[in-house]
Amino acid sequence: MAEEKKPWWYSTFDAFDTFLRVPGTVTAKGAHVRDGIDLKRVMIMVVIALVPAALFGMYNVGLQTSTLYGLDWNFWHMFWYGLLRMLPLFVVSYIVGLAIEFASSQIRGEEVNEGYLVTGFLIPLIVPVDVPLWMLALAVAFSVIFVKEVFGGTGMNIWNPALVARAFLFFSYPSSMSGSSVWVSKTWVPALKDVDAISAATPLAIAHDGAFDAATGAVGQYSFMDMFWGFIPGSTGETSVVAILLGAILLVWTGVASWKIMVSSIAGGLLVGWLGQLAGATALPCYYQIVMGGFLFGSVFMATDPVTAAQTETGKWIYGFLVGALAVVVRLWNPGYMEGMMLAILLMNTMAPLIDHCVVSVHTSRRAKKAINA
Amino acid sequence: MSNNLDLKKGLNIPIKGAAAPEVIKTVSPDIIAVKPTDFKGLVPRLLVKEGDTVKAGSPVMADKNRPEILLTSPVSGSVQQIVRGEKRKLLAVIIKADAEQSYVDFGAKAPGNAAEAKDLLLRSGLWGSLVQRPYGVTANPDLMPKAIFVSSFSTAPLAADTDFALGNSLADIQAGVDALAKIAPVHFSIRKDVVSSTPFHKVENAVIHVVSGPHPAGNVGVQISHIAPIRKGETVWTVSLLHLAAIGHVVNTGKLDLTRKVAVTGPAAPKTGYVTALPGTPVQSLTAVPDGARVIGGDVLTGEILGADGYLGFFENQLTLLKEGTEREWFGWAKPFRPKVHSSSWCYFSWLTPGKKYDMDTNLHGGPRAFVQTKCFEDVTPMDIFPIYLIKACLAGNIEKMEQFGIYEVLPEDLALCDYVDPSKNEIQAIIQKGIDLMIKEMA
Repeated sequence: MAEEKKPWWYSTFDAFDTFLRVPGTVTAKGAHVRDGIDLKRVMIMVVIALVPAALFGMYNVGLQTSTLYGLDWNFWHMFWYGLLRMLPLFVVSYIVGLAIEFASSQIRGEEVNEGYLVTGFLIPLIVPVDVPLWMLALAVAFSVIFVKEVFGGTGMNIWNPALVARAFLFFSYPSSMSGSSVWVSKTWVPALKDVDAISAATPLAIAHDGAFDAATGAVGQYSFMDMFWGFIPGSTGETSVVAILLGAILLVWTGVASWKIMVSSIAGGLLVGWLGQLAGATALPCYYQIVMGGFLFGSVFMATDPVTAAQTETGKWIYGFLVGALAVVVRLWNPGYMEGMMLAILLMNTMAPLIDHCVVSVHTSRRAKKAINA
Repeated sequence: MSNNLDLKKGLNIPIKGAAAPEVIKTVSPDIIAVKPTDFKGLVPRLLVKEGDTVKAGSPVMADKNRPEILLTSPVSGSVQQIVRGEKRKLLAVIIKADAEQSYVDFGAKAPGNAAEAKDLLLRSGLWGSLVQRPYGVTANPDLMPKAIFVSSFSTAPLAADTDFALGNSLADIQAGVDALAKIAPVHFSIRKDVVSSTPFHKVENAVIHVVSGPHPAGNVGVQISHIAPIRKGETVWTVSLLHLAAIGHVVNTGKLDLTRKVAVTGPAAPKTGYVTALPGTPVQSLTAVPDGARVIGGDVLTGEILGADGYLGFFENQLTLLKEGTEREWFGWAKPFRPKVHSSSWCYFSWLTPGKKYDMDTNLHGGPRAFVQTKCFEDVTPMDIFPIYLIKACLAGNIEKMEQFGIYEVLPEDLALCDYVDPSKNEIQAIIQKGIDLMIKEMA
């Protein structure tokens, strides 16, 4: 039976249609009954897991602005400012990304994959809040086209598209992505229109310059608890350990992300942080590496992307450990660049197939030996 | 001697419609179909023409390449019709059954050696019940297998309870084991949770394995992969308990009797229970079929669609009836709770109601996607292989990788649960079968 020719708008129609209603497709071969799970459900779980970090991040955007510029805002003022400030980032991220995703699916004649639901939510959370929207749009377009679609769409990509979008911005527009004046939003506050930007370094940068008070445990003006709860400048989603852990619990509970990667990544970070302290590369106790910067956000939400991470269970331990270890190595032994998580994950994304290859090779040769002995 | 095999990975699919252990009907049908399509790797050559009379046990077809392999009639009667499909492919021989059955006498005598045992199996038409691994094809009489494996139970969804269906046939089963043991060592597995009550723990002259675990623990292929993994160049045979009893029956009585208790199961079955019938019996005489229901010969994971006008297959002792799941649920994937849909994933809440049985239908519950999550395959595959690597090797058609990743050890049925759990809705069994077909073609 010749397959029915689908109209050119099929992918877009199908995406909206199946978004609203479960498709009426029945099994044609193989198992006659199927599990209720599909990728839409899997992906929405990740988005839900990101919600605590996103909500806290919005509040923190307002909090940082209010504190730094002495604006005396109340809680809701802070939250609404953050929400409104973040909204355009989400809108741009989703519109640009989904438009490319839909167009690519139609060119390929496939159904639209749900992967971008997560990517589009992640990207605004890992960039400075005041990043110009045209830059964001450019980064999203670059990442979706060259990191995902040219490889064949979600499931085929080698690198995490959200991180590549961030890396694209980082290397193309460093002045908007790093330094000490990009982390606190002021562009949308009318009262601050003519006020010069005040520098507000992240704890990571402060610690990098050596301003760690061993007696109080504070990094510059930020105490350990500030960093733990997330009342510090940084990318919107990454600051609060508590909010990220809430998401991590959901991801591990539902089995959507691998706890092995999370645990081994943190173990790797702790180990190298401890060695660095012993070697005198830093005065910081090793657990500070976990609560500062994007380490935990990366370990929980980025390194665990099932497509770009290692796929064997043994490989996940190795992959996660190296992500965490490398991230802290970059932090401690790199004179210029103080956040290593992004590049550590991207590097390990590249290496993941090699790790899997080694794990599988060891397994196959063990099987072959067993056959000879049997 | 017995060995323990405790398997942890796997999944029992909680589907409604199990058959209670009672015989609700005995069918002696007017017509019986002999279907060569039941036998993999067999090219049928017709030995009868319309109008010929046959006895139960008379040859109806032979294999073109190995003419000693015969398919015999399970009933006595006359050949009513030869059914052919596209390109005149032989689909079935329909035999009109006599009221009084007469049998070919194969001689009630236990075979004294391997040659006699093979000869008896070939003549009686029971050779077709021997499945050769790797690849799951009809056994080659020229080969000597390393071992012969029998699983005395099935863990497949709603599968027939062998203790009930074959518990009375212990003498035949023992005779079958004795006959096969002339050819190669017989490995016989029994369920751990019924080890003291099952009649089959009395089987002798075989290596007994006591197996526990969720589906697919009852799959003979999974058991083999733990007991004696198949490597390149090795062959093992498997035979179902049902056919083992039939082999023993020929040894004990000289008659071919394929009568079996068929479990009629599934959420759409008007009445579940066991029906005593022969293979080739029309579905219509086994059960009433509600409008639009899908009739599956076998279980929901591996069975084939028979259709309401189909015939029970040679290997089947189960029918499953399912509703077609064409209904479209609003916001299905977005609802926090979907009490009518089972999911083994903790993204839904089926884990809250572990004992619940679901009224399942044939809906795919999603659209096809690229592989994203792959650990789910490992969680339901209790074998020493990496399912996703084997699947990808099959997709790529890479013979060397398929060998390395264990293509000799698996049949699609062993990875059937991967079909079920995959959120990307890939057809894993079809992919594995394609890999096996390629292996057969390239390694011939």
